[in-house]
Amino acid sequence: MAVVQRVAHETATHHHEPTSFWRKYVFSLDHKVIGIQYLATSFLLALLGGLLAMGIRLALGWPGQRWPLLGALFPSAFPNGVISQGFYLNLVTMHGTIMIFFVLSTALTGGFGNYLIPLQIGARDMAFPLLNALSYWLFPIALIPLLATYFVPGGGPVSGWTAYAPLSAVPQAAPGSGAGQTLWLISLAILIVAFLFGSLNYITTVLQLRARGMSMMRLPLTVWAMFITAIISLLSFPVLLAAAIMLLFDRHAGTSFFLPAGAVIGGRVIEAGGGDPLLWQHLFWFLGHPEVYILILPAMGMVSDIIANNARKPIFGYPVMVLSVAAIALLSFLVWGHHMFVSGMHPMLGTAFMITTLIIAVPSAIKTFNWLATLWGGKIRFTPQMLFAIGFVSLFVTGGLTGLVLGNPAVDMYFHDTYFVVAHFHFVMGSASLFAIFAGLYHWFPKMFGRMLDERLGRLHFWLALPATYATFFPMHFAGIAGMVRRIYSTELYGFLGGLEGLNRFVSIAAFVMFAAHMVFVVNVVYSLVRGRRASENPWRATTLEWSVPSPPPHGNWGDREVEVHRWAYDYSVPGAPDDFVPQHVPAEVGVTARARS
Amino acid sequence: MATDVERAEQRPETLRGATVAALIWAVSLAAIAGTWVAARRWWFPELASQQGALVDRLFTTIFVIIAIVFVLVQATLGWVLWRYASRGAGHRAAPWHENPRLELAWTVIPAVILITLTVLGGSLWLRVHSAAPAGAMTVEVIAEQFGWRFHYPGPDGVLGSIDFRGDSRNAPLGLRADLAGAADDVVSRELYLVVDRPVRLLIRSKDVIHSFYVPHFRIKQDAVPGRTSPVVFTPTRTGTFPIVCAELCGVGHYVMAGTLKVVTADEFEAWLASQPTIGGVR
Repeated sequence: MAVVQRVAHETATHHHEPTSFWRKYVFSLDHKVIGIQYLATSFLLALLGGLLAMGIRLALGWPGQRWPLLGALFPSAFPNGVISQGFYLNLVTMHGTIMIFFVLSTALTGGFGNYLIPLQIGARDMAFPLLNALSYWLFPIALIPLLATYFVPGGGPVSGWTAYAPLSAVPQAAPGSGAGQTLWLISLAILIVAFLFGSLNYITTVLQLRARGMSMMRLPLTVWAMFITAIISLLSFPVLLAAAIMLLFDRHAGTSFFLPAGAVIGGRVIEAGGGDPLLWQHLFWFLGHPEVYILILPAMGMVSDIIANNARKPIFGYPVMVLSVAAIALLSFLVWGHHMFVSGMHPMLGTAFMITTLIIAVPSAIKTFNWLATLWGGKIRFTPQMLFAIGFVSLFVTGGLTGLVLGNPAVDMYFHDTYFVVAHFHFVMGSASLFAIFAGLYHWFPKMFGRMLDERLGRLHFWLALPATYATFFPMHFAGIAGMVRRIYSTELYGFLGGLEGLNRFVSIAAFVMFAAHMVFVVNVVYSLVRGRRASENPWRATTLEWSVPSPPPHGNWGDREVEVHRWAYDYSVPGAPDDFVPQHVPAEVGVTARARS
Repeated sequence: MATDVERAEQRPETLRGATVAALIWAVSLAAIAGTWVAARRWWFPELASQQGALVDRLFTTIFVIIAIVFVLVQATLGWVLWRYASRGAGHRAAPWHENPRLELAWTVIPAVILITLTVLGGSLWLRVHSAAPAGAMTVEVIAEQFGWRFHYPGPDGVLGSIDFRGDSRNAPLGLRADLAGAADDVVSRELYLVVDRPVRLLIRSKDVIHSFYVPHFRIKQDAVPGRTSPVVFTPTRTGTFPIVCAELCGVGHYVMAGTLKVVTADEFEAWLASQPTIGGVR
């Protein structure tokens, strides 16, 4: 504890607020500025990733249709106005890459993680502010090669976000498998380093810089989730980094980690072989599956806190909530093989991965029931963040359940790589995480910018977004059941998929509505930044520490104040207390009695 | 300065609770209704293999379980929103937040369901991957950008050894008449199988990863270069079925369709006899 205090003092004395514009808002070391930078960059990329998805839906909804305007704007992607097969695969690849790595990961851990961890544990900043700034600035640097893929010969990569070798390993395999694929790998490698810097920072900060009295079991679930997510990132991302470097070697240094002898790819004979394409898959999914939880655990943490706050009720089963996050984290390292049931790996491995995969549903179910129990008996108010948190629970349940179908290897033989999988992960990981991000933005925007987001626009956003999300992704299950595989440009060659034309068009229209629904949020942000009502210190009557400082909080967060924590994060509706919440910094007896006397 | 939320502590939100509950219920009902419609229009392609029936049965079991859980959880979610919406000033939330018995219940019940599914799924998986029965026919399936070829052993029952480096018009798949067992081999662009006769396909790839997918048979197996992956099944109906490539394999991925014909034993023999062999012998 003494160490913690001394560190807190030192950070306080060494932190002088920078005065120049560049040091204050651009190359800032302040975790709040860095968090907002992460969020803003992710936000812009979400627009790009969303637009790419609209391109996918354009191709699938109206196969072979000519779009003269798009043809004039992007002649190489839309020759004669018709989307090209190569560009279609590039859309699929870039949509996945951007949304998973550059939007959801960065917004949740980079954005909310940076902004909230120090504020919620009572620290003045991250443990390593310079490393933190470096972590953010690697993000736009990683974007440069990613976006440059559009300007190199052969165009952007077409091998999907999973970049399975040898398609991604041999330039002759596909047009985008040239310089575009190399740049894609470099971009990913840089971003991984950024994630590693961030993770180191979060873990150290949570362990070392908690305020006096903030024991681990008093942490808000948001911090617990960010903390455990950082551990997952730190352990899994290096594996993908290694894999990416090995793939770069295969491409440019003549190695053959992933290339088997005797294959003939695009006319090129692989002589020096001995590699195995499955090695890439094992390495990729060793990150790739924990990555799914990197996207969902922070979402679960934020949703837990938002539900407790808006139900005015302590989170139900706090210790079990912490344990289940830890259990999910541990199991997330043992399930990667369920992406490979039909890959050709030994069937006994399939059995092992089936068992771990189905077990991971247990902690997920526990969390869902605990959210319902938190709502049960509450005094629920329907703020926009609460609506999106409710939407998260609904989407998570829907998407989680179909995981039980896919986790069964014999059934997965039918469903693997069909639209059933696309539906599954867009519910459980894509939409659910996105809804949690929106919930977090509605909740913490007032703290970040000192202005309230417009509640009516927020409600409108939710009322459009939830039905549109279901309308977009739910019918994809049916396409999968009918046997429609992923990443195909057109179903025209397959008679048995002929009946899906109407369904695909419906999904496309729903997707456009969904995109438009999220534009309501963009309008809200712009409007509220300028015209929004000023936010008070604690507009949501919340218990956690960030609500005990002005909105937005000053540099160094706490001024001259010594933060001390006296209770857990969920003292809502405590019997005998005059108000229905007692903030964490209120001394034990004062919380109930002193205010009762006044 | 009172915010909306501070005012809301005084004002009931019961109407909002009811409408949000209605939204959750409406969306869930739409999902169920959609499934109802889909089950008549877009369901599985008609079954044509023996072990596919087992896959369909397990899917139905899981589907019924998840449908029940879906309805229960979404209905409960809507119900708590409706029932526990703020009733304004004077309304206070319940303070309880622990109940070990309840928590144990919703740990154990999902665990029991999942263990059941694990046992069901595990036994079917082992059955699907059990050794081919005696008398099974063996065919090599070769995937390449962007098509399929099928390699039959011929009367001697021996598959000549493929070498992709020698693949040419005169020596398809690098097979030459002087290779052991290759002279009577047949390389075809269509896959012919015999109805009710078990078959063991050896799935291989010449270049990148593809995936051999026959939706009517509920069969999928990746074709990985450098690796031979077996898949065993028994066709139960004669007819023509599409082969789909299910793994992204390049720009022509979407055109990588193949044809599978299930015929009677006599028709099969006649077809095989009509095919040219590697050595020109019959």
